[in-house]
Amino acid sequence: MSDAPKIKQSTGKGSLLARRIIAYTVLVVLIVISLLPFYLLIINATRGRVQAGIRWYPDQYLLDNFRNLFSATTQNNFGNVFRALGNSFIVAAGSCVLTVYFSALTAYAIHAYDFKLKKIAHTFILLIMMVPTQASAIGFYRFMNDLGLTDTYIPLIVPAVAAPATYFFMIQYMKSSLPLEIIEAARIDGCGEFKTFNRIIIPIMKPAFAVQAIFSFVASWNNFFMPQMILSSKEKYTIPIVLSLMRAETRIDYGVINLYIVIAVIPVILIYLCLSKFIIRGIALGSVKG
Amino acid sequence: MKKRKSISYAKWGYIFLIPFFLVYAVFSLYPLISTFVTSFMDITVDQGFISFSGEQEVNNGFCGLQNYTAVFTGEIGRSFYNTAVMWLLGFIPQIIISLLLAAWFTDLRLKIKAQGFFKALIYLPNILMASAVSYLFYGLFSQGGGIWTIINDITGYEGVLLDNAWGARSIVALINFLLWYGNTTILLMAAIMGVDTSLYESAQIDGANSSQMFWKITMPLIRPILLYVLITSLIGGIQMYDVPTLLATSTGYPGQSLLTLVMQIQNRKDASPGIASAICIVIFIVTAILGGIIFYVTEDRSDKRLARKRKKSAKEAV
Repeated sequence: MSDAPKIKQSTGKGSLLARRIIAYTVLVVLIVISLLPFYLLIINATRGRVQAGIRWYPDQYLLDNFRNLFSATTQNNFGNVFRALGNSFIVAAGSCVLTVYFSALTAYAIHAYDFKLKKIAHTFILLIMMVPTQASAIGFYRFMNDLGLTDTYIPLIVPAVAAPATYFFMIQYMKSSLPLEIIEAARIDGCGEFKTFNRIIIPIMKPAFAVQAIFSFVASWNNFFMPQMILSSKEKYTIPIVLSLMRAETRIDYGVINLYIVIAVIPVILIYLCLSKFIIRGIALGSVKG
Repeated sequence: MKKRKSISYAKWGYIFLIPFFLVYAVFSLYPLISTFVTSFMDITVDQGFISFSGEQEVNNGFCGLQNYTAVFTGEIGRSFYNTAVMWLLGFIPQIIISLLLAAWFTDLRLKIKAQGFFKALIYLPNILMASAVSYLFYGLFSQGGGIWTIINDITGYEGVLLDNAWGARSIVALINFLLWYGNTTILLMAAIMGVDTSLYESAQIDGANSSQMFWKITMPLIRPILLYVLITSLIGGIQMYDVPTLLATSTGYPGQSLLTLVMQIQNRKDASPGIASAICIVIFIVTAILGGIIFYVTEDRSDKRLARKRKKSAKEAV
């Protein structure tokens, strides 16, 4: 017992200040490293075709780059690059909604109900969580080929219903902040089971939904492997495929491509800015605190 | 009261599980099984006849472990190594920095200001498309690019890092680090913030310092989310595809040193489905084993230790 005050003295004000300085320095350095490339990206989007060296402030070619992005040459080489934005959005939004809703539903089934196969179902999902989609990629590709579903969005959207990692997060969240009394109360008030989930559980789960919606939307929006495997016609391409076509081209207009990357990134940034508030303060918020 | 209690809600549990398991069976389980079967088949592609509209696949039947031998030797064996190396190079700094940042952000004494700002910026790279970021880095690191110029100005090094196997791998790792450290930090922070603050307050009153609170209170309590982070990073690592592909094209330049396992699957999906399937199954087995180890180490141990303790105390009581 008598040791405790000594320990406290050894971490006095001086070392706290030092730790603070280290913490802030590391943070600032990390942020500079994280943001420098994107600053350069925006600057480069205003630069011309050839971009030798580094430039710290905007150039004058932004409008030209826009015009070139719309031009027939770009269309010829890479398809309609603006349509690719829409395509990516359809796929990402569709799979995001399915993932979040059905993962929560699945987690709710296991968290709130008692039934024989409950433990087995939970363990099964945890076990398949280790299995990436790539593990069944060839079978998936050939099966979709047989069904005639390649070059459609169905193989990219519908499988999102079964998202074990999201399920895992949801059930962790429910364990920590979804008391079963709420469900009991809803039942006493005569609320149906499905309605309870839609009207009562989902609002409580909002913070978890926001976080998982972002993760899932971003994962799908970023997804390059599956769309590249499934899609084959130019008008159905998503952004990453268009970018890979651009990368394969040797004689490229850097200004145009950097501009396209900026455009491709903006919608996600907007969604992020709308939801980041939920992520940052919402995750640990309990539903019946106090 | 008694009547109320006898109502069974069990069927709703099953009903709510239907969508997940149905979709899983159709889009994952069946494909996994058929991948497994295909991995033992010798399938070749016959491009011969003009009268056919496309290529004709010929299944030469069961071929034993021939496809698996191909996976562990030569070119694909090296892809295994490439994937593992690039994942490690990116993950180790990521988990260290993320834990450090999460600990700092939640430290009651440190009281970091402008937290919302820092967090939002740290997470920012993660929302950006991996292929876009990689393409951007390709531009910056190639000869005459922005970062190439900076490196050249500072060190006088005139070579291109992307032309060097370890240089290119490090750039892949750097991109993966940048994309994911914010995500990991926020997840860990959420876990730490979920810890009852009164625990920290009472620890502080008892004279515990920050690192004691971190190791004795935070770490044990955030174990579930730590497990989640480890597993997802592991799964993400073995799936590594976008970054090396956009940085090096599907050939894995330089000298196939960036060629990952999943790139091999994509490259071989039509030409040699048997070998591609074998890679899939190897990925399946590796993730299952590694995931199992992590699962066992981080989750089960504490339960078992507790159980052992209970047994011991029960024995002592007797």
